[in-house]
Amino acid sequence: MESIQQQFVEILGAEWGPMMFSLATNMTFIFAIVVPLLLGVAYLTFAERKIIAYMQIRVGPNRVTFFGIPWLRGWGQPIADAVKAIMKEIIIPTSANKFLFILAPVLTIMPALAAWAVIPFSPELVLADINAGLLYILAMTSMGIYGIIIAGWASNSKYAFIGAMRSAAQVVSYELAMGFALVCVLMMSQSLNLGDIVNGQQGNSLLNWYLIPLFPMFLVYLISGVAETNRAPFDVAEGESEIVAGFHVDYSGMAFTVFFLAEYSNMILVATLTSIMFLGGWLPPIDIAPFTLIPGFIWLLLKIAFILFFFLWFRATFPRYRYDQIMRLGWKIFIPITLVWIVLLGAIMQLPESIRNVFPLNIWF
Amino acid sequence: MIFQDILFYFFSAILIASALGVITVRNPVNSALLLVLSFVTCAGLWLLLEAEFLAITLVLVYVGAVMVLFLFVVMMLDINLDQLREGFWKWFPFGAVIALVMVVEISMVLMGKYFGHEEMPIPEPKGADYSNTKELGRLIYTEYVYAFELAAVLLLVAMIAAIALTLRHREDKKSTNPSKQVKVRKEDRIRIVNMPTEKKE
Repeated sequence: MESIQQQFVEILGAEWGPMMFSLATNMTFIFAIVVPLLLGVAYLTFAERKIIAYMQIRVGPNRVTFFGIPWLRGWGQPIADAVKAIMKEIIIPTSANKFLFILAPVLTIMPALAAWAVIPFSPELVLADINAGLLYILAMTSMGIYGIIIAGWASNSKYAFIGAMRSAAQVVSYELAMGFALVCVLMMSQSLNLGDIVNGQQGNSLLNWYLIPLFPMFLVYLISGVAETNRAPFDVAEGESEIVAGFHVDYSGMAFTVFFLAEYSNMILVATLTSIMFLGGWLPPIDIAPFTLIPGFIWLLLKIAFILFFFLWFRATFPRYRYDQIMRLGWKIFIPITLVWIVLLGAIMQLPESIRNVFPLNIWF
Repeated sequence: MIFQDILFYFFSAILIASALGVITVRNPVNSALLLVLSFVTCAGLWLLLEAEFLAITLVLVYVGAVMVLFLFVVMMLDINLDQLREGFWKWFPFGAVIALVMVVEISMVLMGKYFGHEEMPIPEPKGADYSNTKELGRLIYTEYVYAFELAAVLLLVAMIAAIALTLRHREDKKSTNPSKQVKVRKEDRIRIVNMPTEKKE
């Protein structure tokens, strides 16, 4: 590392050398995050098709394989899908606003990838260890909605526009509940830094994770996360039985695929955040020998996979919500629950030490 | 320092261009989107000033919520631009006076030392572990707590007033109650009739 930095200084001078060196290292880190993430997205679609297929007593994709190896049947499917998507023509409707039509998928994928900058994968492994990490995540996830609205409007189609309107109203309502649930987390951890939030859950076992004292918030966050990513049963923005495919009805080829990628990388993001906030991030469930030997990164991946399974399970199980029921759940149920929990948590935190120790399990601190 | 200067001029150029675009572009949707762009670049400038809490809050509140609703409304309205432009010259003197007042105010801030104020010293750059959010929270909830609470109450009153003004109780409205719907049992809706099977003659 040091010698490479030296070379940068020699070539570019003392002023630009370190600057360009940090730029180059950051670019490398970004590639090291984005490339596995996109591969993860590809195989998440495969996992989704397989898992839902088995839940519905089907087999799912089982043909495409690598080099004719029989036991890898189906594993080539995501690659084949990607090749197909790249080869297809992008059709721009004649009366569409061309600039915004192309801009919309870019605006959707940008925040979905940018939010990964502050995710800590292990105590040392984080691209940007900033103080306001949680706020940054909230800001980035709230920007994802622009792609959907612009796509719906720029397509100049009624179905796309209705889908965009539904999606905008839904995401704005669930963002509130999501934000309030995270307020509880940061009241417990007393920090906005994601690494500190995981460290605050450090203890002997999984009893120290925020999952237990904040269990209602965990449920609110997970369900709001499903709603935020426009996944089933909250996928009224797509609603193929009523409005064809919602906001991306006019998109084809790679432009459509970018929306698809953004949706799945948002799913992985919500799963990662849930594992970091409530399931102790990279911490092992019990702090004894066989568990502590496994590196923290693997634990985080296992937790992400666990939460992602719920997303797929929901999709295979629940029928789509009616629109007014979605609004009722967001505004009349989740937001009151989170507000009550914030007040309760604040009151307990202000109790004197002697009374707090009376709590039987003392899971709160 | 040079790198920061380049960033500053880059953000400033985009900010000025997009802010001009907001008032000159013909299509209201494009103009709202340009306003979003100017908010985001403004947040970038604030980040350069080490005001990360304010910068991220600007993106979170204005870009993430306010402008989404704004776009929502602008896209749904079928705005006739010629009608909007009709009263331009009639209202021009009024707008010009407001613009002049704003220019004077801004110049008084920028040229404070000519009006007898001591020039503000350039704030010291803070270390990496300095938490802007914590400092701001401490000030808001200790020194300025009454002002802060007063502002919150004002916003609450405005919100309730807006709801009260727009809420119309329609008598002919039909609405469903999901909790009642969920509670419905099979016995409430259907009656199973037991009929003897008919014998073939």
